[in-house]
Amino acid sequence: MIDVHYFANIREMLGVAREQVALPQPATVAALIDTLVVQHGGRWQSLFNEIRVLTAVNQVVVPITAVIKDGDEVAFFPPVTGG
Amino acid sequence: MDIDIRVQHDDFSSQQETDWLRANAADAGAVVTFSGLVRGQENGRDIRALVLEHYPGMTEKSLRAIVDEAATRWPLLGVVIIHRIGELLPGEQIVFVGISSAHRAAAFAACDFLMDYLKTRAPFWKKCLFIEGGHWIAAKESDEEASKRW
Repeated sequence: MIDVHYFANIREMLGVAREQVALPQPATVAALIDTLVVQHGGRWQSLFNEIRVLTAVNQVVVPITAVIKDGDEVAFFPPVTGG
Repeated sequence: MDIDIRVQHDDFSSQQETDWLRANAADAGAVVTFSGLVRGQENGRDIRALVLEHYPGMTEKSLRAIVDEAATRWPLLGVVIIHRIGELLPGEQIVFVGISSAHRAAAFAACDFLMDYLKTRAPFWKKCLFIEGGHWIAAKESDEEASKRW
């Protein structure tokens, strides 16, 4: 299972902060996004198509081509605005 | 190099942090500090509060990576980074960066660099609450440009 986290406006738009997702291996972040869009449809589809979403795997920002495996923590969030 | 990185709800004392930087760096000739505050307005609208969210774990790791990067560029003796989370009111302190170094040029540059990098690389997000609703602050192109100076 992949441990998926959502933050900030993405968490609010989707109405979920965290979920466990089964994913055939080997997989990439892009494959995870495809699976999420198929599973959830609607809001997920428009989210990943319309706004800039950053991805972190095990707390490091990566491109969506990054390889992921069971047990990985994958987070989706908007560009950061701290400071 | 002494490093203190904290993500916390509570307020902080700039004086206390400056004292810590002085006490821990006998060879320091300069301490430069920056305190960021919550502004009272956003695009002309009065702000009721800011809500700061972060990604626990990744926040601390990314701040540490930013400090390590700064340490490869300047000879730093001490670094303090404090970032507050939760609901903050206009006028409250939100972020603190303090640097001690042998000379002021390195301390000024490292402090500026740390703020630019923190704003574009550490996973914090601000939601702005107005009297009549709220919205998430969008990332600024100018912050991204500033972080590319380095």
